[in-house]
Amino acid sequence: MKLKINLDECVGCGNCTSVCPFDLVEIVKGKVKINEEGCNFCGACVESCGYYAITIEADEPVAEADESYCGVWVFAEQRRGTLKNVAYELLSRGRELADTLETELGAVCLGHNVQDAESLIAYGADKVYLADSPDLADNQEDYLTHKLVDLIREYKPEVVIAGATALGRAFFPRVAAILNTGLTADCTGLDIDTEKRLLLQTRPTFGGNIMATIICPANRPQMATVRPRVFKKNAPDDKRQGQIIKVDFKKEGIAPKTKLLDFIDDVTETVKLEDADIIISGGRGLGKPENFKLLAELAEAMGAALGSSRAAVDEGWIPYSHQVGQTGKTVCPKLYIACGISGAIQHLAGMQTSDIIVAINDDPNAPIFEVATYGIVGDLFQVVPMLIKKLKG
Amino acid sequence: MNIVVCLKQVPGTTEVKIDPQTNTLIRQGIENIINPFDTYAIEEGVRLKEKDGGKVTVITMGPSQAEAALRESISLGIDEAILLCDNAFRGADTWATAFTLSCAVKKLQQYDLIICGRQTIDGDTGQVGPELAEMLDIPFIAYVGQIEEIKDGYLRVRRMVEEGHEILETTLPAVITVAKEINVPRLPSLRGIMKSKSAKIDTWGIRELGVEESMVGLPGSSTQVIKIFFPQRVHQAEMLEGNPEKQVDTLIDRLKSAGLC
Ligand SMILES: Cc1cc2nc3c(=O)[nH]c(=O)nc-3n(C[C@H](O)[C@H](O)[C@H](O)COP(=O)(O)OP(=O)(O)OC[C@H]3O[C@@H](n4cnc5c(N)ncnc54)[C@H](O)[C@@H]3O)c2cc1C
Repeated sequence: MKLKINLDECVGCGNCTSVCPFDLVEIVKGKVKINEEGCNFCGACVESCGYYAITIEADEPVAEADESYCGVWVFAEQRRGTLKNVAYELLSRGRELADTLETELGAVCLGHNVQDAESLIAYGADKVYLADSPDLADNQEDYLTHKLVDLIREYKPEVVIAGATALGRAFFPRVAAILNTGLTADCTGLDIDTEKRLLLQTRPTFGGNIMATIICPANRPQMATVRPRVFKKNAPDDKRQGQIIKVDFKKEGIAPKTKLLDFIDDVTETVKLEDADIIISGGRGLGKPENFKLLAELAEAMGAALGSSRAAVDEGWIPYSHQVGQTGKTVCPKLYIACGISGAIQHLAGMQTSDIIVAINDDPNAPIFEVATYGIVGDLFQVVPMLIKKLKG
Repeated sequence: MNIVVCLKQVPGTTEVKIDPQTNTLIRQGIENIINPFDTYAIEEGVRLKEKDGGKVTVITMGPSQAEAALRESISLGIDEAILLCDNAFRGADTWATAFTLSCAVKKLQQYDLIICGRQTIDGDTGQVGPELAEMLDIPFIAYVGQIEEIKDGYLRVRRMVEEGHEILETTLPAVITVAKEINVPRLPSLRGIMKSKSAKIDTWGIRELGVEESMVGLPGSSTQVIKIFFPQRVHQAEMLEGNPEKQVDTLIDRLKSAGLC
């Protein structure tokens, strides 16, 4: 690709200087100047220019996509035999993508004694590729990587998506590396360019400050990880017809490179953050670790799970497994109550799609109020006990 | 022990705010920094060397100004730094980045442990580490929060997953990505700063790596960014007024009508 600047058209307005994510654009002597080193041709400056002074010339596409690849696949993540919610969310969106492409939707499930694999059909799959083996019970990543690679090589789906969970983000890149294809991380939007039959993958970057739409034009499959709780799962249709295809799994031939020795469960309460309808979350405003007890009491009164900001985890007030945000969990409950959380962009990235957000904070300028549905400016140590009393009342 | 740390220089964009009127980035004296997660990778590499001896080499692929990040890493205790810099590397996606890094690591020949950050704060994919491991065909463990034991071609770590912690073992050489729990990075020492100023930094391009132009940079990338835009934040919170009791009453009303309590 080539960046072309038409200095005759440039009026030096400077619109383009502030949009470059890498700060490579400046106005020198009234004309645009771009430091091409570091440019990745994202096109932000092109779009910002009202005078058509900047253009990007695309190279001729080197290769055409292999058209023998067809069908949309969802990696249906399970843990100890239970399918994760994200599998259903992806099937719901995957169904729409497959319909647009007029092709089949497949679900790939690798596990042991997975309960309710038929439910994958009820949520939209036409075919379920199911491998059952005790060796797959622990989500051993070397096994998952190589089995998925084998299945993709055999059945050739054009699109393969997985949840951007800890597991998905760790093993999907390895699958893409082996298949020599592109992978878009942590998507929050998936659409189809029907003309070119391409998956349009939209994702937040720069901690949620910038959205990028990414394509994988020539290599197949087109792969993406998708943030949990972004797509809503549809109602299941128990009458839907589909096929469960048993695929065998033999660990011979795959050298497992890592071995799981032990697992320590960290989640201190019963309701799991990712699946909770209501989350009560606390931040630095709590002041000290004991004050999480107050939130735990509110959580109990509302049947809610306990979350936290990174600040509270960094202080050592609550384990990491409760952390919501860019480097913690992404959640999207029906109700998120943020107590004493200022709302750093990294925290917002993990919770801003919640249906209703209540912010309780004594600083009226805290950014958390920018995403809140209801805001209470006040002392959480007055508001929360009052709320508990009235709810129990 | 030969340790390789991969680092990326990133814009310190966490300071960046969006101007709601023009929907553009507001930059206040933005400067480039070492990707924050990579500072833990540097620290862990240096600690392992201090404990067991050996050498820590840092590699970055980036524009010429990324040399500053390498010098900074030397001030933090890194022994050697290599800059992968070539016009041909421009526009690389994670696959092409990992491929280029893998060629550099192979050229080093001796490597026992490769440490990456868990993700960057700009591209933010977390994909380079696992892709690099696969291209080198060596074990990979993500999100390492503690190295419990490392010796004689053996590694045992504690790592964080959604539900808790796992203890995993593997053989060396291996690639790990580290989470911030693993350590508290040190500040540069005076001696380190002196050393970083005079240190010689090797620059490798496609010729030194012996790779085809078609495998790296934009031509080697399967993905293409076709559009960049700013998320819409048109939002107005309803602020609940009155004393705490009144605020709580209104809140309960609102939650009741949403069927949430
Ligand atoms: C807006 C935008 C969106 C993008 N989205 C995607 C996408 O979805 N998929 C994709 O394949 N590419 C994507 N890219 C390209 C990607 O950002 C670059 O390939 C980048 O070089 C590495 O990816 P990362 O920043 O996500 O690193 P990560 O994979 O998050 O980095 C993890 C670790 O790998 C090491 N590392 C990363 N980069 C380097 C480097 N250059 N030199 C040395 N070590 C390094 C560091 O230890 C780092 O902590 C995107 C780029 C932009 C600008």
